Amino acid sequence: MEEIVLNSGDTAWMLASTALVLLMTPGLAFFYGGMVRTKSALNMMMMSMITIGIVSVLWVIYGFEIAFGHTADSPWYGGFSFSGLGGQVNEFTNNGGIYPIPLLVFAAFQLMFAIITPALISGAIADRTKFTAWAVFVAIWSTIVYFPVAHWVFAFGNKVGDTVTGTGFLAGKGLEDFAGGTAVHINAGAAGLALAIVLGKRVGWRKESMRPHSLPLVLLGAALLWFGWFGFNAGSSLAANGIAGLALINTQVATAGALLGWILVEKIRNGHPTTLGAASGAISGLVAITPACAFVAPWAAVVIGFIAGILCSLAVSLKYKFGFDDSLDVVGVHLVGGVWGSLSVGFFGSQFVNSVGVDGLLYGGGSALLAKQALGVGVVAAYSFIVTLILGFIIEKTIGFRVTRDVEIEGIDLGEHAETAYEMSSSSRGGAF
Amino acid sequence: MKLITAILKPFKLDDVKSALQAHGVHGMTVSEASGFGRQRGHTEVYRGAEYTVDLVPKVRLEVLVDDSDASSVVDVIVKAASTGSIGDGKVWTTPVDQIVRVRTGERGVDAI
Repeated sequence: MEEIVLNSGDTAWMLASTALVLLMTPGLAFFYGGMVRTKSALNMMMMSMITIGIVSVLWVIYGFEIAFGHTADSPWYGGFSFSGLGGQVNEFTNNGGIYPIPLLVFAAFQLMFAIITPALISGAIADRTKFTAWAVFVAIWSTIVYFPVAHWVFAFGNKVGDTVTGTGFLAGKGLEDFAGGTAVHINAGAAGLALAIVLGKRVGWRKESMRPHSLPLVLLGAALLWFGWFGFNAGSSLAANGIAGLALINTQVATAGALLGWILVEKIRNGHPTTLGAASGAISGLVAITPACAFVAPWAAVVIGFIAGILCSLAVSLKYKFGFDDSLDVVGVHLVGGVWGSLSVGFFGSQFVNSVGVDGLLYGGGSALLAKQALGVGVVAAYSFIVTLILGFIIEKTIGFRVTRDVEIEGIDLGEHAETAYEMSSSSRGGAF
Repeated sequence: MKLITAILKPFKLDDVKSALQAHGVHGMTVSEASGFGRQRGHTEVYRGAEYTVDLVPKVRLEVLVDDSDASSVVDVIVKAASTGSIGDGKVWTTPVDQIVRVRTGERGVDAI
């Protein structure tokens, strides 16, 4: 058997990608933090920051093992044992085949996905979530939803010789989800919908102004997310190769298309293209291209992004029709964008572009791939929604999921963190001690 | 003695301030204010959701003057603040009983 040698180019790219993807979560904190009111900006940001703390620790204890372990040989989970990760310094990554990068680098890269997914959910329940309840939710949700779903979608199994065992359930069915349209975005979007239902509307929803308190912060967050997303998508190639390059340019042009699509809708519907629309459009394009980025041609990426921008800009108004307070449009952007992006592979997937992929409907591949994509969409959305709904109600009935009405009105930053984001007046400084 | 209060468009503050200084007014107090008159507010749109903003940002300028100067100072403010369009603001005067300069204890007109 040929001996495998570590590829330093691939490893260097994966180290950099890992750092890029981590940056997305603080970026999300800015993106969400700018969109809420002054009195809850810090809490919104803390909901992202706490996921970095909790999920990183769980990942070392058992998270990596549930998602990518090889001990169970199961399509449903990787294994229930201590991840530890210390004994594996010299191991290569084995995920349906050997990659010449250290397993620990792969583990760190995948950790960043596990961090941002629950953080995405927080936008659906802004301004009103009890912080300790959120922390408990993040720990349990990661354990029973993200870690197993990551196995279903991202685990391609343990390859020894010519046999592969323990391939994830959806990966084994032929779902093409390159960087997490289902496992990350549909997963977070469906969970966000469930929690928005469990927690209910904010006090004063649709009566008071809840306009974003800082659009420059939103734009800063969008910029960091866009930047980090190159690691998210192009890093998912697990190599510094042509597929990484394809994923990278598709990420760029789909996002551009979506930005244009969103503000075009605004220009036609409201008369003014907005900054918030440009930022939101960019994110919807990033979401939509995530599953597709390594399977479609760049022209198709532009179309996928443009349609995503239009779809999501229309979808964010649905919450007013159905009456659920998905405060920052996790459903309208991540669920809708994720569903569209995952299905789009079934139309635009091209074996010519990526020989590992399968031809979609528009390339004469028939509807077989589209059906696989639809299965992945349906399974992940249903599992995430149902489990999150049950978990949400249990937390609500036991420790309570919402802050009191008084805390919510006075400001959750003050009530939950004893801080305020901004010094609003020089006469209110007070003294120390 | 009179207190002159003027509600102005924020971008006209510099013009009014310069005109008052040229007229010999030595001091003034300026604060941020918001409100509406016939101008009413405006509409903002965030992700397709429309918000009506009734209260428009304004500045409130306050000047203390001797009775004999009140009329001319009001004229200076009105002239400098005017753009001719709706929302230019208002100026009014109120009688003042007593003025004390904190540093010296001077009272009345000497304290202006």
